Amino acid sequence: MTALAPDTEPAVRQQEPRSAKEKWRLRGPLLPALIFTIIITQIPFLVTIAISTLNWNVLQPGDKSFLGLGYYESFAGLDNYVTVFTDARLRTAVVNTITLTVSVVVFSLLLGLALAILLDKKFPGRGLARTLLIAPFLVMPVASALIWKHALYNPDYGLFNGVLNWIWQLFGAEQGPTIDWVSSFPMPAVIAALVWQWTPFMMLILLAGLQSQPGDVLEAARIDRAGSFQTFRFITLPHLRQYIELSALLGSIYVVQTFDAIFTITQGGPGAATTNLPYEIYLTMFRKYEYGEAAAAGVVVVIGTIIVATFALRVISSLFKEEVSR
Amino acid sequence: MTAVLENRSSTTQPPATRRRRRKAKDDTAASAGVLWAIGAWVLTLVFFAPVAWMVLTSLHNESDAATNPPSVFAPVSMDNYAALFDRGVTPYLINSATASIISTLLVLLLAVPAAYALSIKPVEKWTDVMFFFLSTKFLPPIAALLPIYLIVKDIGMLDNVFTLVVLYTSMNLPIAVWMMQSFLAEVPKEILEAAEVDGAGLLRTLVSIVAPVAAPGLAATALICFIFSWNEFMFAVNLTAVRAATAPIFLVGFISSQGLFLAKLCAAATLVSLPVLIAGFAAQDKLVRGLSLGAVK
Repeated sequence: MTALAPDTEPAVRQQEPRSAKEKWRLRGPLLPALIFTIIITQIPFLVTIAISTLNWNVLQPGDKSFLGLGYYESFAGLDNYVTVFTDARLRTAVVNTITLTVSVVVFSLLLGLALAILLDKKFPGRGLARTLLIAPFLVMPVASALIWKHALYNPDYGLFNGVLNWIWQLFGAEQGPTIDWVSSFPMPAVIAALVWQWTPFMMLILLAGLQSQPGDVLEAARIDRAGSFQTFRFITLPHLRQYIELSALLGSIYVVQTFDAIFTITQGGPGAATTNLPYEIYLTMFRKYEYGEAAAAGVVVVIGTIIVATFALRVISSLFKEEVSR
Repeated sequence: MTAVLENRSSTTQPPATRRRRRKAKDDTAASAGVLWAIGAWVLTLVFFAPVAWMVLTSLHNESDAATNPPSVFAPVSMDNYAALFDRGVTPYLINSATASIISTLLVLLLAVPAAYALSIKPVEKWTDVMFFFLSTKFLPPIAALLPIYLIVKDIGMLDNVFTLVVLYTSMNLPIAVWMMQSFLAEVPKEILEAAEVDGAGLLRTLVSIVAPVAAPGLAATALICFIFSWNEFMFAVNLTAVRAATAPIFLVGFISSQGLFLAKLCAAATLVSLPVLIAGFAAQDKLVRGLSLGAVK
């Protein structure tokens, strides 16, 4: 930006020391993005940590002003964190979040792997099949949650019971079973809808992994008369490991944040059977108005995410270094 | 496997048998290929069925949409879509378009120079900066909702589409920085050096060397930022009410609907998903790079 003057420096990554002015000239283009990101993403988290140490319920405001944003009652220390880990609702939410995230990631990873393997081989219409398979990830999440809730799961006219009914009638029965999917199996119902949504994500990353296999190694395996299972087990799978790790970790980070599907399909119910942490935080904030507790639960989610993210960063960084050194 | 073994033994056999064997081998390979194609297509179609069902139901009338067993071959019309516009979906679509397009432009405006300073003329410790951007993408937005809500309320920006613009910009900036960095890193260094030796200025270098290589990447980055902004729900539902509500908020009205509404719901779901489906199909070759934050090409 500041560098319209002719430039005599060699273009790429040089090691010799630079003057301070030169350094700032290089940093110039970076600064707007960096400053914007720091302000918008870091400050709210610092504020969340601050609020998590306060007794602050909007329905019973105190007399202490919090940065002019509202009035809290008193300093709570770590009490809100004690509540997060002892309150039955919040504990249920922690357990539900783990169940939901692990199930969705594992099932969509396996399905995604199967689809990626199928798509790795040439067949008529492969390009079109790939395009169709991406669609579930692109459909607006709220829209796909609504479609699952009403058009597929509905006990009276949903597609699932409709197909069952059709098959039953095909075999001469009068009426197929009427299953109320969401009420009878709330958690699996949410998981199935999310697995459908996230499988294309897994498939795309794994397919990229499969297609980045060096052709000469596969050729060598073929010449050495390795069977296709052996080739998969001893060549493809080790190569794919990084990609599996990456998709599982990124998937976990995104699925932990699931809000749309819960909000739409079950509203966290019945009871708190499908309430995950993001939805519980939302309820605590805007239904119970317990700001301190909501903030503490938010900090817990951040810490959980950081643990997963550390592993994710390690995988991304190794893929990234491979790329840079290439 | 069997084919390979056959090949080995065939050397000791008379030519006629060999030829017959080879034909048999080709047949097995061909039938395996057919089975593979059938398997792949069956799975694909089952997987795609909910989308197909959504589009098909959106074209049926309400009573055909609510039959059991389903009426697949009921007459089709665009009436449900017309009804959506009567119900006032337009302002929601305009808000979504405003928030997504302006935030995407802002993201590119910030990310392209940043990516330049992280690839073509890298600053010191540029990988650390990259990973700082990435780490912000890992912070769950729900944990920032409360302070953002309080601050936005305090400055009188609740139910304002520009609040969403700012939030979506910060949400997509790390993805765009990573994607653009990986695209700009593909500009051949030798050509950049040659241009410099020839005394080409920055502007010329950008226009005639960097731009042609990076343009497809820029387009893909824009489409991916657009997709994520358009689909965003959590901030939109908590920070907007009437004036700034976006397309996903229009759908919220259907959550606990009663009576005959399925066909209209399907039409609404199809309509609001359409821009993203188009953008996604247009960007599908680069989609994986955006989803994996540039880690996978």
